[in-house]
Amino acid sequence: MKERSERSRIYLDITVRLFSAFSALFGLVILIWILTVVILRGISAINWEFFTELPTPPGMGGGGLANAILGTVIITVVATFISVPFGLLAGVYLSEFGGQSKFAQNVRFLTNILMGTPSIIIGIFVYTMLVRPFGHFSGYAGSVALAILMFPLVTRTTEDILQLVPNALRESALALGMPRWKVTINVVFRAAKKGLITGIILSVARISGETAPLLFTALNSPYWPTNFTDSTANLTVTIFNYAMSPYEDWQKAAWGASFLITFAVLITTLMVRYLVREKHGK
Amino acid sequence: MENEMVIEKTKATDTQTLGKISVRNLNFYYGEHQALFNNNLEIEPKKVTAIIGPSGCGKSTHLRVYNRIYELYRDQRAEGEVLLDGENILSERTDLIKLRKRVGMIFQQPTPFPMSVFDNVAYGLRLHYKLSKSELTGRVEEALKRAALWDEVSGKLHKPGTALSGGQQQRLCIARAIAVEPEILLMDEPTSAIDPIATAKIEELVESLKDRYTIVVVTHNMQQAARISDYTAFFYKGFIVEYGETKQIFTNPKKKETENYITGRFG
Repeated sequence: MKERSERSRIYLDITVRLFSAFSALFGLVILIWILTVVILRGISAINWEFFTELPTPPGMGGGGLANAILGTVIITVVATFISVPFGLLAGVYLSEFGGQSKFAQNVRFLTNILMGTPSIIIGIFVYTMLVRPFGHFSGYAGSVALAILMFPLVTRTTEDILQLVPNALRESALALGMPRWKVTINVVFRAAKKGLITGIILSVARISGETAPLLFTALNSPYWPTNFTDSTANLTVTIFNYAMSPYEDWQKAAWGASFLITFAVLITTLMVRYLVREKHGK
Repeated sequence: MENEMVIEKTKATDTQTLGKISVRNLNFYYGEHQALFNNNLEIEPKKVTAIIGPSGCGKSTHLRVYNRIYELYRDQRAEGEVLLDGENILSERTDLIKLRKRVGMIFQQPTPFPMSVFDNVAYGLRLHYKLSKSELTGRVEEALKRAALWDEVSGKLHKPGTALSGGQQQRLCIARAIAVEPEILLMDEPTSAIDPIATAKIEELVESLKDRYTIVVVTHNMQQAARISDYTAFFYKGFIVEYGETKQIFTNPKKKETENYITGRFG
């Protein structure tokens, strides 16, 4: 019998290692490339007016995207307030009450499907439900679309985080004669507090860059977001419109907005990592 | 053979007086799997009863019926009767909150709630009693004293309960349980997760608590059972093989299996 050569084994080992290292590097290079371009092109658009003034018509120069920044913040905050209560409660149901029951399993499955639904489809859906019947775009519709996107994220992370709380803690709270709802709110929630906050922040970060659902719902506007029942300015649709425009100053503003969103998400993610680390250190 | 044993046991309990807890023909199931078979037991009031037996013999399962904590899990169910002062707690009419106020429980792993030492003990009190602030403080202090923990924590009542050592956490759990004035204390291997010195403290504590509470303790440690209990029940494969005074069980077991287990031939 011929023995396998040692040399071919070593070569194969090196090849596999090289390819996987190269693929990892590829991902990293793309990310750094994107960040570099966004920084280089975006940072020059960032100045005081960018945060404080309304957009100007093309060619005029000056102006900012204050309305879009404010609009995005409002739309996201309203979406968060809609989806977090529902998402938290649904997660509580799945983790604490539903268990492995048929209904809970179906809810879990459908939540996963909702999570995988392309955001543009959710945009179209909200368009047919809340925009067409009223005859105009609105910030509310945008918030609803983002809330629908956010709901399954909050639900599933809540369930996962609550499942990390050891059953021994639930048992000892119940054994003390605590009703189930108190066990959930005063013991399980408290034990999982940091994880739950982390989950919500990450969900917010995840939806804050969505464009497609806003295109059909909040649309965009060159004015201050004073009327939430009308088209509402927001950063992502602004990026879409401005980047597609032939005007150089608008394109520059689009880069500035990209820079802002990218770094807001980056900082949020880092903040969450810090929170989580602190939890493990304890 | 095991069935004969059970029948014999049933006859014996019929002639005994009613205990604080009387278990009658208790069967327990995890889904399809039967874990307890025709358990009959009389728990004497204000005594320490130890439940011993090899791993997986149903000791904890049996204990967990007394406060119906098993109901947290969908697929677990108990059949038969468990009479607490003559009332069947397995009845559907039993109010679980009231039952669990009367029957406290200490678990294997110390489980302080994610709140301060003070609030850990105060939580149960606030749950079951209407107390003024000063009454509450007094009751918390009393419970911590009775759990032999006061001297160690009186200066850090507002530190988180999780910051205490393992042995202290377990005594905090005992303080939390006795603060609500239960009649019975169930202890499910209360010292298996803590060090020998802390174990000794908890054993002393059990000794001092039995003048007020009926205590049932599940333990893996036979020496511990011999040290702290007045009565001992030996479980094997879901059956109660032998039950009697601890002295008798350890010095003069009537059943072969008991003897084999106690002398360390298996388990």
